[in-house]
Amino acid sequence: MTLTTEGTTTSPSAAVPLLQADNVTMRFGGLTAVSRVSMTVNEGEILGLIGPNGAGKTTFFNCLTGLYKPTEGQVRLSGVELPPKPRAVVKAGMARTFQNIRLFANMTALENVMVGRYCRTSSGAITSILHGPKFRREEAQTRARAQELLDFVGLGESTDHLARNMPYGNQRRLEIARALATDPKLVLLDEPTAGMNPLETRQASELIFKIRDSGLAVVVIEHDMRFIFSLCDRVLCLVRGETLIVGTPEEVQSDPRVIEAYIGSGTDEDEQDTGDGHEGAASAEDEQDTP
Amino acid sequence: MMKILTLPPGIVAKYGSKAWPLGLAGAALVILGSLLSWSYDPTILGDLSITFNPGGLQLMAIALALLAVVLLLARKGPLTSLGQWADTAKGLDGLATWTLVFMAMVVVAITVEAGGLINVQPGCWISLLGAIILFASSRLLVSRKTRNLAEALLPGWAEILVIVVIMAGLLFGTAYALNLADGWVLILFLVFVTAVAMSTIRAGLMSWLAHVSLRRKRELILASFAVAFCFPLTQGGSDANMSIAAQVLIFASAAMGLNIVVGLAGLLDLGYIAFLGAGAYVGATLSTSGFATIGWKPPFFVVVIVAACFTATLGLIIGTPTLRVNGDYLAIVTLGFGEIFRLTMFNLDGNNGPDLTHGPNGIPAIPDLYFGSFNFGDTHSLLGIPLSRFSNYYFLLLLLLAFVILVFHRLNTSRIGRGWVAIREDEKAAEAMGVNVFGLKLLAFSTGAFLAGMAGAIKAHVDVSVTPDQYVFLESAFLLAAIVLGGMGTIVGVLVGSVILKLLPEKLRFFADYRLLLFGLLLVVMMRFRPEGLVASRRRQLEFHEEDEDLAVRVEGDIAEEVAG
Repeated sequence: MTLTTEGTTTSPSAAVPLLQADNVTMRFGGLTAVSRVSMTVNEGEILGLIGPNGAGKTTFFNCLTGLYKPTEGQVRLSGVELPPKPRAVVKAGMARTFQNIRLFANMTALENVMVGRYCRTSSGAITSILHGPKFRREEAQTRARAQELLDFVGLGESTDHLARNMPYGNQRRLEIARALATDPKLVLLDEPTAGMNPLETRQASELIFKIRDSGLAVVVIEHDMRFIFSLCDRVLCLVRGETLIVGTPEEVQSDPRVIEAYIGSGTDEDEQDTGDGHEGAASAEDEQDTP
Repeated sequence: MMKILTLPPGIVAKYGSKAWPLGLAGAALVILGSLLSWSYDPTILGDLSITFNPGGLQLMAIALALLAVVLLLARKGPLTSLGQWADTAKGLDGLATWTLVFMAMVVVAITVEAGGLINVQPGCWISLLGAIILFASSRLLVSRKTRNLAEALLPGWAEILVIVVIMAGLLFGTAYALNLADGWVLILFLVFVTAVAMSTIRAGLMSWLAHVSLRRKRELILASFAVAFCFPLTQGGSDANMSIAAQVLIFASAAMGLNIVVGLAGLLDLGYIAFLGAGAYVGATLSTSGFATIGWKPPFFVVVIVAACFTATLGLIIGTPTLRVNGDYLAIVTLGFGEIFRLTMFNLDGNNGPDLTHGPNGIPAIPDLYFGSFNFGDTHSLLGIPLSRFSNYYFLLLLLLAFVILVFHRLNTSRIGRGWVAIREDEKAAEAMGVNVFGLKLLAFSTGAFLAGMAGAIKAHVDVSVTPDQYVFLESAFLLAAIVLGGMGTIVGVLVGSVILKLLPEKLRFFADYRLLLFGLLLVVMMRFRPEGLVASRRRQLEFHEEDEDLAVRVEGDIAEEVAG
């Protein structure tokens, strides 16, 4: 089982990182949600994106995947600049999941993953109506590939279940399978373990390692620090839309500013800070989730 | 459907044991009463006045009672092996309710037609009493758990036999209904059909039929086509019903095309009739009518293709700017487009622009089609049965409808169909997963327009003349109502909806004045009790019942079966 496409062979042009975001800035009117954030992701790397609520993590994700058009800055995948259109981004090889699960609830697990294959298939209306040889071949391949991906994420038994009938943890897995179906070089996971118990969280990190081992790069947004620090090769911490620090988990973990951003400094500004960081900003992030 | 008049559990527990004999007694009374005379007046409602010579309505009552007996015997008695599959209590519940409605309406019909309650004979009262007793008995029965009908396997020949019997019933039922001159008898016949349908649906036998039809898809399609093909042969060369049938087929083809736009892609299009009209105008102007304004006279199949491509292009031109808006906005824009089309046709009369359409006069005297030496206007005979003008067009339109259904079905089950479902479910997520949202919407819009163009080109010849006032907004609304009533995104449902909406006003003349009022009421009632339509698409049903977890669990298997193909 491999997840890499023919395009991404293991002859790395080490000079060009897989994903390179330069000075991405996103303003909504007077509010600067993301300010000059740069990020590089190398092939086969797991990068963690952390930060308190409202730090702009999901907004940054939306800028990367074309759901938002960044006010400034640019995003390159394998050295090619990405247009701010979700479909073009998927086609170029970057797929994502959503913070609040956005599966096609009334489709079966298999169908959900088959929809993910849409951009890698090309049967048009006429061959579909005539049931031409191309249609038959592609349909069989799509089905086989979707089943293979369901097996890969551990949902091989749930093929025929409706997405809305599946348990929460499995829905998260299904969303990952759907993203993998687009043959990405890089997957962006937005809080893949939100609301999971410790067992499910451990299974999720095993799955992410498995994806990495099959040759893909992964970017993860998370709040669970233990999860992030055991999983990631590098961690980027965002605070109020700006990069606080990028580094190995050890470096980030021991940086006093990260602790301060999460817990507060304990000085007079304390109340003001937590007020900012939680209530006001949390609602801002909610809005960003539904672009 | 809610259970009407639920009795308190205490009474059910106390008298529950009496329900079975009570039901049999009720059924026996209905049969006995039906054998006697129902009315003094032999001239109304077929002849119901002769004892021991039951007329049409009395035969229907007997059939309902016999069905009740079968259900009761399946519950307790010689047919219990059938009873373990079917929920006899629910089936009898539906049957008894509608039998009561049937008998009550018979009393009303006799009273109205013969001019007074005095004309109702004792036989009718006995049958009504029987229906009431049957109804009471059905209230006392308790629903029992049944085995999973997916496991109910009959030998292959038996399944095919069931399909043949149902199809034959459909053919002769339709022929019978169409030949009924009396509006009351037709309505009562529809109540009878509803009673049979409700009892089979509620007993769960319909879901068994659904499994059979999935297993025997090929045979079922063949049988439906054969039945539709045989229909003109039952009319004995008469054109009265065949002209209605031809109109129903045109309407159904257009509704099925609109079903791609509304049912599959989920776009609300209120101007669809304009595409049918555009096709008709192309068909008319390229015909050999003396009033046609364009000199080019290609063979008919070229005209059909030209008309279809013309309307598809029109669809693309209209769709490209408008499909960027959603929902209600799209509905308003398409509504406006429909009006623009009609007014344009109205005004291209030489005074306000080039003389293309002769304005309000339209293009009359469109000649009949001919393929080689086969002229559609002549009467031909098949197996000694004469087939007149409308029967000839009927066969052509049947081919068209078959083609439209083929396009609908194949698109629905392809990658494109999956894309449409994804767009309906969550447009943003679909876009983020690489689905070409705009392209797929445009495809639905122009495919729908293409099919309407084909139907329009044929319609021009069937109707002989094309005028702007045939393509008003109301027609778009009726097409949409047929889809909503029948069941969005389904084939059978939209066919049923089209037949109901087109056939009833033609057959029930007295009701034609109130048809808008009645259809409006019908739609309101549907929205309240069954928003997914008479024949529900499984997925649409789920979309309409987001909160219903039981439903989701129940239909999961059906959807998986459909996906597996």
